[in-house]
Amino acid sequence: MSVDSVFPQLEALLPHVQKPIQYVGGELNSTVKDWDACAVRWALMYPDAYEVGLPNQGVMILYEVLNERPDVLAERTYSVWPDLEELMREHKVPQFTVDAHRPVGAFDVFGLSFSTELGYTNMLAALDLAGIPMESKDRTVEHPIVLAGGHAAFNPEPIADFIDCAVVGDGEQAVLEITDIIRDWKAEGRPGGRDEVLLRLARTGSVYVPRFYDVEYLADGRIARVVPNRSGVPWRVSKHTVMDLDEWPYPKQPLVPLAETVHERMSVEIFRGCTRGCRFCQAGMITRPVRERSITGIGEMVDKGLKATGFEEVGLLSLSSADHTEIGDIAKGLADRYTEDKVGLSLPSTRVDAFNIDLANELTRNGRRSGLTFAPEGGSERIRKVINKMVSEEDLIRTVSTAYGNGWRQVKLYFMCGLPTETDDDVLQIGDMAVNVIAEGRKVSGQNDIRCTVSIGGFVPKPHTPFQWAPQLSAEETDARLAKLRDKIRGDKKYGRSIGFRYHDGKPGIVEGLLSRGDRRVGDVIRAVYESGGRFDGWREHFSYDRWMIAADKTLPDHGVDVAWYTTRERSYEEVLPWDHLDSGLDKDWLWEDWQDALDETEVDDCRWTPCFDCGVCPQMDTEIQIGPTGKKLLPLTVVNK
Amino acid sequence: MQRIRLRYTKRGRLRFTSHRDFQRAFERALRRAEVPMAYSAGFTPHPKVSYANAAPTGTGSEAEYLEIQLTAARDPEKLRVLLDESMPAGLDIIDAVEAHTSSFADRLQASVWELRLDGVRAEDAERAVAAFLAAETVEVERRTKNGLRSFDARAAVVRLEALAATVDRPDLTACAILRLVVRHLTPAVRPDDVLSGLRATADLAPPVPAAVTRLAQGLLDEETGTVTDPLAPDRDAATAAPPTAAGLSAAKATAGDSPPKAGEGSA
Repeated sequence: MSVDSVFPQLEALLPHVQKPIQYVGGELNSTVKDWDACAVRWALMYPDAYEVGLPNQGVMILYEVLNERPDVLAERTYSVWPDLEELMREHKVPQFTVDAHRPVGAFDVFGLSFSTELGYTNMLAALDLAGIPMESKDRTVEHPIVLAGGHAAFNPEPIADFIDCAVVGDGEQAVLEITDIIRDWKAEGRPGGRDEVLLRLARTGSVYVPRFYDVEYLADGRIARVVPNRSGVPWRVSKHTVMDLDEWPYPKQPLVPLAETVHERMSVEIFRGCTRGCRFCQAGMITRPVRERSITGIGEMVDKGLKATGFEEVGLLSLSSADHTEIGDIAKGLADRYTEDKVGLSLPSTRVDAFNIDLANELTRNGRRSGLTFAPEGGSERIRKVINKMVSEEDLIRTVSTAYGNGWRQVKLYFMCGLPTETDDDVLQIGDMAVNVIAEGRKVSGQNDIRCTVSIGGFVPKPHTPFQWAPQLSAEETDARLAKLRDKIRGDKKYGRSIGFRYHDGKPGIVEGLLSRGDRRVGDVIRAVYESGGRFDGWREHFSYDRWMIAADKTLPDHGVDVAWYTTRERSYEEVLPWDHLDSGLDKDWLWEDWQDALDETEVDDCRWTPCFDCGVCPQMDTEIQIGPTGKKLLPLTVVNK
Repeated sequence: MQRIRLRYTKRGRLRFTSHRDFQRAFERALRRAEVPMAYSAGFTPHPKVSYANAAPTGTGSEAEYLEIQLTAARDPEKLRVLLDESMPAGLDIIDAVEAHTSSFADRLQASVWELRLDGVRAEDAERAVAAFLAAETVEVERRTKNGLRSFDARAAVVRLEALAATVDRPDLTACAILRLVVRHLTPAVRPDDVLSGLRATADLAPPVPAAVTRLAQGLLDEETGTVTDPLAPDRDAATAAPPTAAGLSAAKATAGDSPPKAGEGSA
C-alpha cells in the first residue's frame, strides 16, 4: 500500500514559519525511492534542528548505506521548531521525512542517532507528532520499530521505556543485519507480531531490547541486578566494530543542503577510535581500538566528495586528527592537489603535543589562517595527571610560541571545570596558563595584539569511562569556582584585557549528568519534562533547568532517589551500574584500576606506541589496532582538459 | 575576461529558498561544473557573481537574473546546460547571453507578478482591485529589521487586474488570480504589500496564503504597461557582429562599467 506525501498540507503552513527551506528537502545528493518497490523502509532522525542534524556524519553514512540496497529505502527527519510544531498540531500534519514528506509512522524502522542525551525530549516530540505511542509497550505491529543509536545509546536505560531497541557501536554493518531480519520477518507474514521480531533482533547478541531485561533494585535505591527474561537473550549486549574503514568509504555523495547549516564542508573521517586514554572522554573509551583510513583511501574520498558537492573546505575528522600516522603527507598531498581550486583544509581536533608548524602551514596554505585551538582540559599539572591528559605546560608554551612566531595572533584553549579531585587552585591555574601564553606571544611576535581565549565547560562523568564512579561537582560549586577564575583574570592589569573568558553555568551539566548516568527510573522525568513543554534542551534559549528540577521532584521521590543521587553521589566498586549489561569491550576491573590510578595521579600511556594496558577491548571484541604508516603518497590528480 | 548573464527560476518547493541559500547553492554549482570563474582579490577570494533584485523568500519566480565573470570564454548555451544540470531541480537556469551592453541592473525597471488567491471569488477580487486602483495612495505597513514602517503601495503599481481561475483544491470552492505590474522603486513595493493594500482598501482577506510568482522583469513600456526581456539588447548586439570579435570588443568597451547592484530590492 502506497503512502501519500503530506507536502500539500505542510506547504500551506510554511509561509508562516521561520526558515521554511529546512523543511522542503530537495538537497543535492538526496534520494527518493519508490515506496512499493522496497521491502524495508527506514526513517532516520537526528533529534535536533535541521541546521545541526543535516551535517551529522552518522546519519549521512547510514542514509547512503541503506539506500544503496535496491530493496531498502531510507529517508531523513529532523526536529521541527516550536513555531511549526504548533501549526502541525493545529492542522494535524504528522512528523514527516524531508525527502519525500512521508509520515514517519508509516516506516518499518524509526532510527534515532543520539550524540547527546539532550535530544531525548525531542525524540518524544517526534514520536508524539508522528502518532506513534510514546512507550514501547503500547505499540502494535502497525507501528515502526523505534531504534536508538549513537554514543548516548551506550547507556540507553533512561529512554528504555520509549525505545524498542538500541544498537551500540558502529552502525554501518548493524543496520544491514537488522534490515535482513526485518525483511525476513515481514516476508513470512510477521509471525508472532512485534514481540517476535524484537526477539529475533535480541538473539543476535548485538541488539539491546530493554523489554527483555528485568531490573531489580536494592532497598537503598541501587540496582541489585539486570536479568534477561527470555531464553536466548544474552546477559550482555555487544557493541559493533567496523574493522576496515577503507571498505566503508561513506559518505560517498555527501548531502549538500540549501539551508545554512553548522558545518558546510566535505568531511572525511580519517580514523575511528582513540587510545590516548583521557579518562573523562567517553568517545575515546567506547570507540576503541584505533582504526585508520589509509592515506590513499582518504585521498579518493576527498576527490570524489568535492566533485559531488562543490564544497570549498575539507574537514579531516577524528577524535585527535593530528595523531594519524601519515597526517603530514595527507595534509601536504591535499594542499598540493587543491591549490588551484582554493579548497581549504581543517583539522577540528588537534592535540598540543601532536601539533607541528609544518602541518599548520599546510592546513592554512589554501585558505584562511584563523585561530588555533588546543584543549589542555586541566589548568594544573596535577589535574592533567588525574585525567591522563599528558600535555605539559612547556609543550603548550613551545607550541604557541612557534605559532605566534609564524604569524598567528589568536589561540583558543579549552578546559573543564569540576574534574574529580579538583580544587579551586587547579582552576585558578588556568588563568596563569593564559597569562604565560600571552606573555610568550608578545615576546616572540614583538606585538601587543595577541589574544588568548579560554573556554570552559563543566565536566559530566560518563558511562564506560574510569570516571563513571566519580561524584559530579554541584552546579553551585561549579559556578563559584568559575567566578573566582573570572575575577582573577579580570583583575590582571597587564594581561587581563588580552584574555577572553567563555564559560557556561553549571546547571545544564547537572541535567546532562542525570541523563548520562541515569537508569530506567529517569524515564519518568524525561516524560514529565516533555509534557510540560521541554524541547531542544541543547539550546540555551529553550533549555529550562527549573522545568527539569520540577519534573524530577515530582517523579523521583516515588523511587526513593533524587537528582543528587544520580549526579553528585560517588559510586562504589560493588555497585551494579545501569549500563553494565551493555558491553563496550572495556573490562570493568581495568576501568576501576584506571580510576584508582587517577586518584593516585598516575598516568597511563597510549597502547599504539607502548605495550597493551589490558583495557580488554581487543580480546573481548576480537579486534585489533589498525594503523599505518602505509608509506604511500598522494599523487597529483591528472588535470582533465577543462 | 568574459561576462555572462543568466536567467534562473525558483519553482515549486524550492521557492522557499532564501537569496542567501541560493547564493551558496549557485557558487557550489559553479565549482562542481568547473566553470573558470574570476575571483575577487583579497584574503578570502570570492567568485565574481553579481545578483540583481532577488525575489523574496517564499515567492516563486520565472525571472531572476545574475551575471558571472569568467577568466576564459565559454559558449553561453553550453554553460547554461552545464549549470542547470548542476543545480537542484526547481532552481533552473533557463537563459544565458554573453554581456555586450552595460547598465544591466538599470534595465530591471519593473516586474510582472502573478498572485494565486485560493478561496477568493473572482468578483470579490475584481471589486478590491477597482477600489485599490481608484485610490490616490494606499498606505501599508511592513515589519522590517528596523521595526514597523509605513509607506505608499499605490504609486508603484502600473497595472493590476483580477481573473477567474479553475479551482484545483478539493477543500475550496473559488480561486482568483491577480496579475500585477509593479515599478521598482525605493522602498520596493512587493506583492505582499499590494495584498496588504487590498485588505486595507477593500477588506480582501484570502483564507490561505497567496501563491506568488514573478513572471518577468525588465524594461517597462509606460504606455502599454508591458515588461520586455532585459537580455534582448545583449542578444541583439551579439547577432550584429561575429561572436568572437564581438565578445572581445564588448569586453573592452564595457571594462569600466559597474556590475548590477547585488541584492537590490530584496528582503
